[in-house]
Amino acid sequence: MWILEPEIWQAIWLTVELSAIVTLILLIAGTPIAWWLSRTSSTWKAPIAAVVALPLVLPPTVLGFYLLIAMGPEGPVGRVTQILGIGQLPFTFPGLVIASVFYSLPFMVQPLQNAFEAMGRRPLEVAATLRASPLDAFFTVAVPMALPGFLTACVMTFAHTVGEFGVVLMIGGNLAGETRVASVQIYDYVEVMQYPQAHGLAAIMVAFSFIVLLLLQIWRPVTRKGV
Amino acid sequence: MKFKAIKKITLVLLLSMVFSVNATELKVAVAANFAQTLKEISTVFEKDTGHKLAITQGSTGKLYAQISQGAPFEVFLSADDETPERLITEGKAISGTRFTYAIGRLALWSPRPDLVDEGGQVLKTDKFRFLAIANARVAPYGRAAVQVMQKLGVLASIEPRVVQGESITQTFQFVSTGNAQLGFVALSQISENGKIKSGSAWIVPENLHEQLRQDAVLLNPGKDSPAASALLNFLKSDKAKKIIASHGYQF
Repeated sequence: MWILEPEIWQAIWLTVELSAIVTLILLIAGTPIAWWLSRTSSTWKAPIAAVVALPLVLPPTVLGFYLLIAMGPEGPVGRVTQILGIGQLPFTFPGLVIASVFYSLPFMVQPLQNAFEAMGRRPLEVAATLRASPLDAFFTVAVPMALPGFLTACVMTFAHTVGEFGVVLMIGGNLAGETRVASVQIYDYVEVMQYPQAHGLAAIMVAFSFIVLLLLQIWRPVTRKGV
Repeated sequence: MKFKAIKKITLVLLLSMVFSVNATELKVAVAANFAQTLKEISTVFEKDTGHKLAITQGSTGKLYAQISQGAPFEVFLSADDETPERLITEGKAISGTRFTYAIGRLALWSPRPDLVDEGGQVLKTDKFRFLAIANARVAPYGRAAVQVMQKLGVLASIEPRVVQGESITQTFQFVSTGNAQLGFVALSQISENGKIKSGSAWIVPENLHEQLRQDAVLLNPGKDSPAASALLNFLKSDKAKKIIASHGYQF
C-alpha cells in the first residue's frame, strides 16, 4: 500500500519543513520590504517592486540556472560560503531554503504591501500624535490592522513553496531526506512508472492545495472588513 | 470585440500548430549519453538522405515511460538492451529491428586535473563532498555506477554523498559546474577524438559493471517510415560508426 511507504512520508515531512522555514524567513525579511514599498515615494520603488515580482514571471529554470552557477564553488555566493566555512549550498537543505526564499519572495511581499497600502497613513499619524514611537506604532497599530494580509501572505508563501519543482530539480540533486521534496518524489515515481505511489502523493498534494485555497476564500471577506 | 480577438488568436495558434508538425521530420528518442553523438550523425545523415531528425533526449527509463504511454517517437536509441527488448515484448516496438549501435563506457571524471586517479582510489577517500551519478532507477549509466561502487566495496561509505542527476546529461552538468567534485559520466561526454578533453578521469574497466550495450529499435509509429529505416541502416554504416567511435564508444 502506497501510504505505508516511508519515502513518501519522508518527502512530505521534508516539504513541510522547507515551507515552514521559508515562510518564517520571509515573514521576517519580507515585512520590512513590503512596509518600505508601501510607504516610500523614492524613485527606487518601481525598480525594487519589479525585482520582487520577478519570480512570478521567470521560468524556474532561469532561477535554478543562476543559483546553480552563483552557489557553485566558482560562483560569487559559493566563494563566500566556502570562506565562511559553510561549505557549498547546491544539493543541501540550506541551499533549497535559500533558493525558495528568492522563489517565494513575491508571495510574501505583495499581499503585505497591499494590506499596508490599504491601511493608509492616517492610523499611524494618529498613533504618532499619541507619542507612539514608529516601531511601537508599527507593532501595535499596523500589524494588527494588517493581520488578514499577514495570514494571506504566510499561507500563499507556504503553499507556493510546497508547489516548487523546477528550481529544486535543478539544484537539489535528488537526495532522499535532504532535497527530495514531494514534487520531486512524484516526478521520480512517474519516471519509473510507480503510478500507485505517484497517485497517492499527488492526491495528497491536490487535497492540500484545495484546502489552502478554500481557506483563503473564506478569509478574504475578513480582509475587506478589517482594512 | 474582445471575444473576436481571442477567437482570432486561437485560430492563428491552432493553425501554426498544424503547420509546425512537419511530416518529414523523423522523431527520434535518444538516451542522453548518445544525444551529442546523434546530433553530429544527424547532420551527415541529413546531407546524405535529406531526412531531418527531431531529437528528444532523456534518461532511458523516462523515454521508456513516455513510449509506453503512446509518445509518437519512431526510433528509439536506448542506453541498454533490456528496454528495447521490453518494448518489443509489450508490442510497442517492431521485433527483429533491434540491434546494438554502440557499447558505452563509464568514466569517473572530475574537472580538477589532480582529483581522479587511474584505478579510482579517490572513491575510498574523503577528498570530495559530493559524487554525482545518473538516477540509477531510470538511467543505465547510473545503474552501472552503483554496480562499480558495490564491487569496490565503497557504496555504503559514499551513499550519503551521492547526488543523482535525472539523466547522465544533468549528472555531467553537476560535475562540470564543480558543484559535485566528481561523478560517473559517460566516456562519450568527456572524450574527443580518443582523448579526455579536460580534468582527470578513470575509464572504468568493463568487468566492474554490466556491459553498457546500447540497442536501437524501430517503434510502432515508425513502422512504415522510410526515414526511420534509413536512419537505422545509417547507424550501421561505416560513416556513422566512425563518428560513434570518435566519441569513445565501442562495437
